[in-house]
Amino acid sequence: MTARHSKRRRAVLGPALRHATLLVLAALTLLPFLWMVSTSLKGPDEILVADIHWWPRNFSAVENYGAAFRMAPLGRYLLNGALVTATILVLQLVVALPAAFALAKSEFLGRKALFAIVLFGLLVPYHVIAVPLFVSLHAAGLLNTYAALVTPFSISVFGIFLMRQFFLSVPSDLVDAARMDGMSEFAIVWRVMAPAALPAISSFAVFSVVAHWNDYFWPLIAVSSDALFTPPLGVVAFRNDDAGTHYGPLMAAATIIVLPLVAAFLLAQRRFIEGIAFTGIK
Amino acid sequence: MSRIDIDGIAKSFGRRPVLKGIELAIAPGEFMALVGPSGCGKSTLLRIIAGLEREDEGSIRLAGKPVDHLPARDRDLAMVFQSYALYPHLTVAENVAVPLTMRRLTTAERLPVFGRLSSRSRAIRREIDAEVAQACAMLGIGDLADRKPGQLSGGQRQRVALGRAMVRAPKAFLMDEPLSNLDAKLRVEMRSEIARLHRRLETTFVYVTHDQAEAMTMADRIAVMMDGQLIQVGSPEEIYADPSDLRVAEFIGSPKINVAGADAARALAARLDDPARAQVPGLRLAFRAEAATLVDPAEGGLVGQVVHLENLGADLHVHLAIEGQAEPIIVRRDPHAPRLRLEERCGIVVPPERLLAFDTSGLRLRAPQMRIAA
Amino acid sequence: MTNAVLTSGTSTLPSTSKRRRPHEEVASWFLVAPAASLILLLLIMPLAAVLGLSFTDYQLGARAWSYVGAANYAALANDPVFWRSVGNTATYAAIVVLGSTGLGLGVALMLGRSSLLTQVWRTVFFLPVMGSLIAMAIVWEFMLHPTFGLINAALGLVGFAPVNWLQNGDTALGVLAVIGIWQQFGFNMVLFLAGLSGIPQSLHDAAEMDGAALAWDRFQLVTWPLLAPVTLFVVVISTIRSFQVFDTVHALTKGGPNKATEVLLYTMYAEGFEFFRTGYAAAIAVVFVTAMLLLTLAKVFIAEKRIHS
Repeated sequence: MTARHSKRRRAVLGPALRHATLLVLAALTLLPFLWMVSTSLKGPDEILVADIHWWPRNFSAVENYGAAFRMAPLGRYLLNGALVTATILVLQLVVALPAAFALAKSEFLGRKALFAIVLFGLLVPYHVIAVPLFVSLHAAGLLNTYAALVTPFSISVFGIFLMRQFFLSVPSDLVDAARMDGMSEFAIVWRVMAPAALPAISSFAVFSVVAHWNDYFWPLIAVSSDALFTPPLGVVAFRNDDAGTHYGPLMAAATIIVLPLVAAFLLAQRRFIEGIAFTGIK
Repeated sequence: MSRIDIDGIAKSFGRRPVLKGIELAIAPGEFMALVGPSGCGKSTLLRIIAGLEREDEGSIRLAGKPVDHLPARDRDLAMVFQSYALYPHLTVAENVAVPLTMRRLTTAERLPVFGRLSSRSRAIRREIDAEVAQACAMLGIGDLADRKPGQLSGGQRQRVALGRAMVRAPKAFLMDEPLSNLDAKLRVEMRSEIARLHRRLETTFVYVTHDQAEAMTMADRIAVMMDGQLIQVGSPEEIYADPSDLRVAEFIGSPKINVAGADAARALAARLDDPARAQVPGLRLAFRAEAATLVDPAEGGLVGQVVHLENLGADLHVHLAIEGQAEPIIVRRDPHAPRLRLEERCGIVVPPERLLAFDTSGLRLRAPQMRIAA
Repeated sequence: MTNAVLTSGTSTLPSTSKRRRPHEEVASWFLVAPAASLILLLLIMPLAAVLGLSFTDYQLGARAWSYVGAANYAALANDPVFWRSVGNTATYAAIVVLGSTGLGLGVALMLGRSSLLTQVWRTVFFLPVMGSLIAMAIVWEFMLHPTFGLINAALGLVGFAPVNWLQNGDTALGVLAVIGIWQQFGFNMVLFLAGLSGIPQSLHDAAEMDGAALAWDRFQLVTWPLLAPVTLFVVVISTIRSFQVFDTVHALTKGGPNKATEVLLYTMYAEGFEFFRTGYAAAIAVVFVTAMLLLTLAKVFIAEKRIHS
């Protein structure tokens, strides 16, 4: 009887303790986000004080967000970000899908060598080749252009690898049937394989968009003019500006730049998390 | 060796009831097979006995004592899983030793290096090693002791799983479709091996399977389950020859029992000494393939046309199409008897005592009841 | 008889899709041509160029340059800043790998079976992975502000003196590591959750039947060993990511104070793009990529050893 009693108490206490721990961790995790949003709603007089209050007394959302858009071309940054990430993704898919298909489903001279190079490429962080890329873009006079932001990422060995792994799992019979039906290899890639690979494509898209929307290192090197800034460059420029001590507008700017991905994530969490887990485990 | 009493066990997953009040008493040392089509609740019942699943209602007693409040580990039962559930990172010997180390060594003593420091722990480990070696030898896997499960064949994994179950002499063995992952030939071999193991260990076995042949060949008694209910419990002979429900009759035995619909039943019943028996509305008559003999159609009986001949070597199964009936009747015949031709017409004759009668709901009508019904 | 013929027939039939056929071969080259040329242009040639540049004294924009042999590497070996940078990177990686792996695993284990609440937690912990690190770094900077930052205000409530976290050589690297852990552990959690869901329930049941009484016993007997490949992967990927730390350093500390947060990628960036000592930066890049390759080789080696032992 006592055993039963203590067991039941443990069964209640266990999860309660578990969720209490999780609650504390979750609060700590959310802290920067909450503080950012909270500050972006506060008036200047209540920001530069040493006391902690979360709810703004002097609600200044309009002032702060208005100031953020006035002090820096935030809209332009976001547009640049969207343009650059979208272009990179499209290029990566257009280049990677046919190659991945050939690597997975065809036999041709050099297939093994190419795949070996792809595997090797997976191990090289792009930071390492930033120097020669910069030098050659400089030589080509392409620095400080959209092309400079996009070109280095037009090839994704990771994308090729991921798609190849997925295509391997597509039955060869499907490819053979399409060939029997008289489709060209190009038609097979785009009309048979790409639709079959939609889950893998969407996982890769999540991975690519998150990586390039948030990338800071390469844009920092590749562009210097304000008009080409991507959101990460924009928010740092904002901070480095005179405006940087106006924490209300600064936090508003940070909120605006963090928002698109976070909102997309909250709307399609499962897709995002599965995509990341899928691309992570390979 | 303990008796297991299952008292009014009910269980639902969400709104779907999977067990609807199961009553079953399993005698000490008995080999009980729980058999039924997939989804009938047999595995859930086994997991409830094991303590891996909690029943909604009812009670399980082991050796007369209720164990409903005990977690699986404290019920002193061993289980063999369908997927074997061997620890992939442990060797065969280590796998078999787990139930003993978990029970006999303290957490500290189980630590990789420190655990071996105390002399008590070393002595226990020696004891365990000896028992593990004995169990492995008994199952013929002694020479595999240092292999990992990944390097074993299906049959060998099966033996390791059995070894892990028997090494600590539990109150009873629970087996959840243990042979379903083996190929057909090995399955037949393991069938007799498990039956032999049962005789040798003299422990209570509860064996879940969807394969009626396994139940028929191994069990002392069979419990047939359908839709979360226990339909019939009995020895294999009883279940086969004297089914209490049409579903049981159809589930047990290969080839499947023949069921004659209303018209065909009348033809068969014409030869009954008491033709009134055929008057029960919705009556269905069933008979086994070996109960019927084929005669010249002129001699009467149920007339059918040969549509297929299945020669199994020792037996010949004759499939006969009956007018007005979708499924053919199958009759067993000596392959050395005069050859039949396809499309040949034959009369089917069944001795009255081998005809099993069922009512519309599939319930068995036994002779005295039938008189009343008539 | 017919059966035997049929089965042997299909088994000896070669897989048509893998057989070499001339027109398919040509088509395949067309399919891989864009990828292959871009890999050559944007990966192989730059890599070769990095290696080549590391043996020169090339400076960006300079007209003349010469081959200097291993001089850049010799200079690196004698450069205290470089060694400080290596040490800082290793320290940072050690803290972040340990913290984000441990926290990721801990949270994944606590989340357990999925329920509505579990999904809420999972979303919350994954949020930092999604938020732009550079924007969040600026938020962290604000929270760590010595006079009106949230952290010092909170510590002040329990009687601690304010700390100038990012300008203090003793705390700066640690603070960056905490931000790194904060940002990465949700990613690791997702990988661990995927790994946990890959452990068959029957093994947990078997452990229960075998008498594993404590949660610790079940963890030790089933969860930990079966999670080993995922753990190895998480450790390697976290290490690689930590070695690439740059954003927070560039935005918050610029390697300071007094080189306390100087890390490899930042050193390379500063040499290559601020001082334009391209050859020297290339040498750092070579060291960096060598470290990455060794790390991956170590992973492959450990994984192989585990499988074959």
